[in-house]
Amino acid sequence: MIPIEAELTRIVRANSGRIVSALIKSTRDFDLAEDALQDAIAQALQQWPEKGAPQNAGAWLYVTAKRRAIDLMRKENRHNAETTQQILADLDADQPDNAEWDQDIPDERLRLIFTCCHPALNIDAQVALTLRTLGGLSVREIARAFLASETTIGQRITRAKQKIKAAHIPYEIPAHEDIQVRRTAVLKTIYLIFNESYSALEGQSLTRDDLANEAIRLCTILEQLDPDPETSGLLCLMRLTHARRQARIDDDGEFVPLEKQDRSQWDHQEIEAAHTHLLQAFAHGQFGPFQLQAAISALHCLAESWADTDWQQIHALYGALAAYDPSPVVALNQAVALANMGGTNKALEQLNTLEADLGNYQPFYAARADILSQCGEEKTAQIDYDRAIELSKNQVEKRFLFQKKSALAASLKK
Amino acid sequence: MQFMALIYSAEGAEQSYPGGPEKMMADYYAYTDEAKKAGVMLAGDALHPISTATSIRERDGKASLTDGPFAETKEQLGGYYLLDCKDLDEATKWAGKIPTAKYGTIEVRPVMIWDN
Repeated sequence: MIPIEAELTRIVRANSGRIVSALIKSTRDFDLAEDALQDAIAQALQQWPEKGAPQNAGAWLYVTAKRRAIDLMRKENRHNAETTQQILADLDADQPDNAEWDQDIPDERLRLIFTCCHPALNIDAQVALTLRTLGGLSVREIARAFLASETTIGQRITRAKQKIKAAHIPYEIPAHEDIQVRRTAVLKTIYLIFNESYSALEGQSLTRDDLANEAIRLCTILEQLDPDPETSGLLCLMRLTHARRQARIDDDGEFVPLEKQDRSQWDHQEIEAAHTHLLQAFAHGQFGPFQLQAAISALHCLAESWADTDWQQIHALYGALAAYDPSPVVALNQAVALANMGGTNKALEQLNTLEADLGNYQPFYAARADILSQCGEEKTAQIDYDRAIELSKNQVEKRFLFQKKSALAASLKK
Repeated sequence: MQFMALIYSAEGAEQSYPGGPEKMMADYYAYTDEAKKAGVMLAGDALHPISTATSIRERDGKASLTDGPFAETKEQLGGYYLLDCKDLDEATKWAGKIPTAKYGTIEVRPVMIWDN
């Protein structure tokens, strides 16, 4: 890519969320806003190589896109005559043409993020639309990140925009009484984007850094525009998880379990910073599931080793988390913490009650095998290790479990 | 903007309504009243049960009538409200207050307006 294109890509990524959000506010039309921006980018590609990028490049793009939006509105009759006149009047009044490059782009990103993550859209649509409009990722980039075809992603985005229009989903920041619930939906969507970057394929491991970074960036913007302790909680959770990524994958590109990770490869500076940020969020005293998960993550990140981990606090935190999320996986994690504290018998009791729900969940058998082994129940531990190995789709994980099983067998022979 | 709120529930499920069927009737009266006063209710009716339904299809000029609803599903259409709301958020708020929302499903769809 020639230098000016790289520069333009950077500028577009940094500004497109804001530009698109402002244009949608004025034109009330997602497609038109996007078309107008695409056109401005095309014009930039033509004009910038000669003269170089203008001083306030973001504003240049915005004003150029706005002009194009006005043209498109006049030509295309997307609304009835009265609405079109109103929109054109608003667009023209926005600011005089000659105050161009110094102005600020209006910031309507909060409207955009709440609309993209509206519960009336299905979750796949929310993710694709958020990444496209707020993230400024291309359809191709999104498709690659989700291992889907460009057609699939393109259709998802088109349908989402159609639903927004046809079902009259409003382009608004939710009313005060609704905002907590709606914000939670946004956080869940952002977290889904983040987790996508850590999904492991059968036998392989994949870190899609772009997605993780984008999720962190979106959450940072959300926190700035709409400060909230749970938003900060999610941001810290993601930063802490992301800080450990170098150790998650070994030299063969395989996933390494937390128990075995080389902690010297963790980004301790980032962990420190995220931890401080989390403590600031706690100071508000408005706790919630993301802050709790972040706290658990922080305790792992701050521990020198698996053995040195503060299992007592983690156990208490999982207990608190269960109040928000009474899922068997939370209960499993709480039992594991209890076992690591020395409460192996009680932990076993609790695990046995979860077998019905977690019958196909590899970590359940791996955890129970470990605890049985500690309790001296070697034969049943072997059975559970076998089940875990069978359920695991990951080579490194299988090897890790097999090693534990072998070590147990070796100790039996003594 | 007009929205249809289509009320779906499993027949007999109203027995499980908190306070019983009589309370449900009272709640429906109260809801209708509130919706009318707020100016959002354009229309609304309960339908007779599925046992009274007849389905009609016309293919190749031939009409066929069958006894029963168009599809055998667990939840069936029991009534509707036609609401006049400014956007989907307002419509879903009102739809959520319909008593059957507590144990059934309310489907909200925008009504097509044809500009002549």
